[in-house]
Amino acid sequence: MITQWFFRHGDRRSRIAIFLLLAVACLVPVLNLLMPDTSPLHIPTYLVSLFGKYLTYALLAVALDLVWGFCGILSLGHGAFFALGGYAMGMYLMRQIGPRGVYADPVLPDFMVFLNWKELPWFWYGFDNFWFAALMVVLVPGALAFGFGWLAFRSRVTGVYLSIITQALTYALLLAFFRNDMGFGGNNGLTDFKDILGFNVQAGATRSALFAATALFLALAVLVSSFIIRSKLGKVLVGVRDAESRMRFLGYRVDRYKLFVWTVSAMMAGIAGALYVPQVGIINPSEFEPANSIEAVIWVAVGGRGTIIGPIIGAILVNFGKTYFTAAFPEIWLFALGALFILVTLFLPRGILGLYGSWTNRSASHAARKDDEVLPPVVKQGGKLAPVPEPQAAE
Amino acid sequence: MKAKDTLLYLDGVSVSFDGFRAINNLSLVLQLGEMRAIIGPNGAGKTTMMDIITGKTRPDSGEVYFNGTVDLTGHDEAAIAMLGIGRKFQKPTVFESHTVEDNLVLALSGPRSALSALFHRQSQDEADRIDEILYTIRLFDRRHWLAANLSHGQKQWLEIGMLLAQDPKLLLVDEPVAGMTDAETAETAKLLRDIARTRSVIVVEHDMHFVRELGVKVTCLHEGSVLAEGSLDHVSNDQRVIEVYLGR
Repeated sequence: MITQWFFRHGDRRSRIAIFLLLAVACLVPVLNLLMPDTSPLHIPTYLVSLFGKYLTYALLAVALDLVWGFCGILSLGHGAFFALGGYAMGMYLMRQIGPRGVYADPVLPDFMVFLNWKELPWFWYGFDNFWFAALMVVLVPGALAFGFGWLAFRSRVTGVYLSIITQALTYALLLAFFRNDMGFGGNNGLTDFKDILGFNVQAGATRSALFAATALFLALAVLVSSFIIRSKLGKVLVGVRDAESRMRFLGYRVDRYKLFVWTVSAMMAGIAGALYVPQVGIINPSEFEPANSIEAVIWVAVGGRGTIIGPIIGAILVNFGKTYFTAAFPEIWLFALGALFILVTLFLPRGILGLYGSWTNRSASHAARKDDEVLPPVVKQGGKLAPVPEPQAAE
Repeated sequence: MKAKDTLLYLDGVSVSFDGFRAINNLSLVLQLGEMRAIIGPNGAGKTTMMDIITGKTRPDSGEVYFNGTVDLTGHDEAAIAMLGIGRKFQKPTVFESHTVEDNLVLALSGPRSALSALFHRQSQDEADRIDEILYTIRLFDRRHWLAANLSHGQKQWLEIGMLLAQDPKLLLVDEPVAGMTDAETAETAKLLRDIARTRSVIVVEHDMHFVRELGVKVTCLHEGSVLAEGSLDHVSNDQRVIEVYLGR
């Protein structure tokens, strides 16, 4: 139903993005696996994983854009949902190791043996089953977001206050996951993965498959996001972003709308984290670092918030820059990132895609304005006649 | 007086903010189909009264009944809006990054749940109603414009259009002609009189010329309670009203 809808109503931009992602999902594995190493068209496996990682970040950025760009909820803690999804996947991968661990315990992961634990904690049950783990990838971040959002939105916590609480949320989880007693590997996290669904996670073919899966999920996220945004619910969200109390006086239960999009977004972030972990081979508490969540906000801002596609571009570009800078000039990366954020905020408030959009729209709105002067172009301002301010170009 | 057979019934309502009595033992009754103008100097409690009726502010004491039976103090903004009370703000508040048409789509009466909004498809009936409202508020040829690009007066009209779309039983209109040209003011008075034919309206306004044009019963508020009530001539000849407006 949703694809049928998409071909009739979807906007051109997301359609292009989805086709590109599908093409990449098919093409990259072919170029990686079937091209000989000597061919200039061959894509080495390390690059496949690197770009796979970028695409998981892009998925996180799309999730963040859904709440920040369209509903005005600036989350500084979306990394928490990403990391929780990652941990759920990591737990599955740990259970897959089985007796091949250093201590060769058939059930307990190495770190539990090391801590002298005799039994698997209850919350590790079921994670030997992929589909159970996959369910947890969306359910755990979704449930946390639902509970958190239910309390926050009902109490009408908004703006900076909400941002600070989301930051506190991810920081609290960071501290909790650092503890060995939590049962998630403490400081070291979960690593030394062997296989996923029976395939070796190190193998080129598995890497390609993971890349393709990431591209497909990203395409799906774009599809779902544009369906939400173009529905009446999406219009309500934008209305909430621009004039929340007005929306209430129209009879909308603003908190429920926020809760819906917030939970959907957290689930998307969880999926992103789950795809991230097998591609980088480790998940540890540092993923909960507040700085990670703030970086995700920068990707969205750079790409253009409220555009769905912009955050994908932003996430890939900024992370590509990060990969390059941290290798070439490791000491200036953080300065470059800070400067980027300031420059984008000052000069590109709508990001890269917004810049492109304002170019293409300017000529159109000029044409539309010509036949407009029906009402007198003056208003009363304190008894005096004053010219009407020039309308802004449609964005 | 009994709350029965009235549309809006406020009795002995008081509310204070940090010790300041914004509304002080206010009583007001509005009949079904009545239009009422509320005047009063700054700080008289006009906007706070609106806040109480629409559920934004909860009164410390007093009774607020809608339709004779519904206690409004027990409901929140969204519930009160669904009961049939629409509100127009002093500053035109339209959704600037939506088109004129989408503003009306959002306001149009109908189910308000998130799920129904997600799978909403516009019916022919809804499309017709939107067309009709666009004609009434004279923005038909501007339906695809972003609301941000409208002039001040057009935004006021769009907001009135949104109220029409909401189809409320009672309309609260806060300073509808602030910042409007004389021609727009006259048009707005006409529009409000049209609206009042089928529903009750409370208009808060400073512009006496506009109030005269409406030609309805006037209530003058001062320091949170009713100072005088009656025709505009009666109220404006009241000695206390003159004192309040001209200073003592």
